[in-house]
Amino acid sequence: MARASSREGFGQKYGALLALAALIVFNMIFTRYFLNLQTLYVNFTQVATIVIVATGMTLVIATGGIDLSVGSLMAISGALAPMLFLNESLPPILGVALAFVLPVLTAGAFGLFNGFLITRYAIQPIIATLVLFIAGRGIAQVVTNGNLTTFSNMTFQFIGRGRPLGLPFQVLLMFALVALIAWVIRATIFGRYVLAIGGNEAAAKLSGVPVSRVKLAVYGISGLLSGLAGLIVIAINSSSDANQVGLNMELDAIAAVAVGGTALTGGKVNVFGTLIGALIIQLIRYTLLAKGVPDAVALIVKAVIIILAVYSQRVRQS
Amino acid sequence: MAQKALIQKPNLFLAFVQQQGALLAFVALLIFGALRYEGFFAVYNFAELLRYNSMFGLVALGMTFVIMTGGIDLSVGSVAALTSVLAAQLSPHGLWIALFLPVLAGMVLGFVNGLLIAKLKILPFIATLAALLAARGLAFLAANNQSVSVATDTGFTDFGQGNILGVPTPALLMFAAFLIGVLVLRFSSFGRHVLAIGGNEEASRLMGLSVDQIKIGVYTLSGALAGLAGVILASEFGAGQPTEGSGWELAAIASVVVGGTLLTGGKGSVGTTLVGVLLLGLIFNVLNFENGYGLISLSSYWQSVIRGGFLLVVVILQTRLTKGQKI
Repeated sequence: MARASSREGFGQKYGALLALAALIVFNMIFTRYFLNLQTLYVNFTQVATIVIVATGMTLVIATGGIDLSVGSLMAISGALAPMLFLNESLPPILGVALAFVLPVLTAGAFGLFNGFLITRYAIQPIIATLVLFIAGRGIAQVVTNGNLTTFSNMTFQFIGRGRPLGLPFQVLLMFALVALIAWVIRATIFGRYVLAIGGNEAAAKLSGVPVSRVKLAVYGISGLLSGLAGLIVIAINSSSDANQVGLNMELDAIAAVAVGGTALTGGKVNVFGTLIGALIIQLIRYTLLAKGVPDAVALIVKAVIIILAVYSQRVRQS
Repeated sequence: MAQKALIQKPNLFLAFVQQQGALLAFVALLIFGALRYEGFFAVYNFAELLRYNSMFGLVALGMTFVIMTGGIDLSVGSVAALTSVLAAQLSPHGLWIALFLPVLAGMVLGFVNGLLIAKLKILPFIATLAALLAARGLAFLAANNQSVSVATDTGFTDFGQGNILGVPTPALLMFAAFLIGVLVLRFSSFGRHVLAIGGNEEASRLMGLSVDQIKIGVYTLSGALAGLAGVILASEFGAGQPTEGSGWELAAIASVVVGGTLLTGGKGSVGTTLVGVLLLGLIFNVLNFENGYGLISLSSYWQSVIRGGFLLVVVILQTRLTKGQKI
């Protein structure tokens, strides 16, 4: 009995990791030039924005919620930043500094708005965040008139193209944020509160957890991280397109969280799992691309992986 | 006692507003449009409004049943994209084949959703999210990444573009589907069981309802109706479009919510979903007229902002009102 349960615990804990290892081994054998620093950088650079958004999503889902607005918030922050660092009336340094701060704060404020709807009016998260999913991209498009902005500003673009110590900056940022959020969950009272709310909100409230404030914070953080991801995307692309930035990001982020082993019903969280989950999804995309498999098939494989990952966790849990 | 009576009286009024709020808004908007715009209150405008929104109506009808069981179906837009491609490819063989087989394909996908949810116990959100991706992939594969034009000589386009007794054929189909939906919900055991499961799944199971079968049933229904919407899409616009349908699931959910069906399941009405669909369609229509009016120019970007804002107002009103009901 004890042996069986410990084996199940192993599978549940390391199932995603095993899948990732299998993918890596497969590529080491069958993909040319896979074991190469460049390949590693390419994959990590591409996955960084998904991981950053998915980390915030992990917190939201841990409280039993969901955030559909992340992609739209990325578009808003991506639309605002060029208006600041391309603004002629601001000193260049100030413009860039503001471009790092204001768009992220704006996205954070929209995240708080999500949280406000959910806590103040008891609107279900999927509907409350649907409002900004629809309206948010519209706001970004209105602000930019739907126009594409191209730019070349290496100071700003450091966030997506910088290489301190030879390492891509956004990858370092990604690891730092994952470590930070994992620490917050594990070691702070706020982390306990998040899990308590996801486990049993009514009980948490009765035992004195400030449910509303924690939820507000969680959606605010998700907004901040989405804003940050929006900046990284436009810095990588050297352009901002409100129609494209962050499109379908909510699906990728939710998939990464689910594959990573965080229960979508809340109360259980695995931040490193989210990182692994995003890496699995990224590596599948990379592998299929390297093998010349069309994007359409990649979508289907992604669907199958999501179902397999979620199902295997469910089996082990029951 | 007296206090209780005092509280109950306004509750009835609030309940009416909550249930019929969408209808009131619909009528108000209709009057507004009729007074303000030339050509608004015209047969042509309404016929085209209904023709275009029949696709969303069918999808929202399936979504209503899914939501009443406490579930959700995110895959409807991709399924419609896939079946629009299939219908376009089958259109040289005549209307019936191009109608029947894609709907069947939609049913099969919905059935798979139902199996994943009922038998493998995967959360509806995740199961249908995977189906969203897979159906989109299948649509691109089937269409070879481009839109597929339909045969124009086999009568296939008459279905989406034609009228019966002056009413657009797809709209007639939508009204018929909603009528059947109302009857099924009100008078069949399936309808009662759908509501029972949404109300309390565990209790329904203990009472001996075949919960799994009913769940599989609603997702299959949703898949079939999404499939039908895809056929209409191909027939109406003359092409199968693998990129179409993104965001339809959210528009459908919005219509259901605006119609007053609670997302928690166990409660709801089919008729009000139709009102929700028509209301959202009418908002678009009015915004288009406002653009043509020339005083202010609202880009399509503003339209999504206004749509989001509108959803916000309706949802806030509803939660306030239902809160009042609970007290």
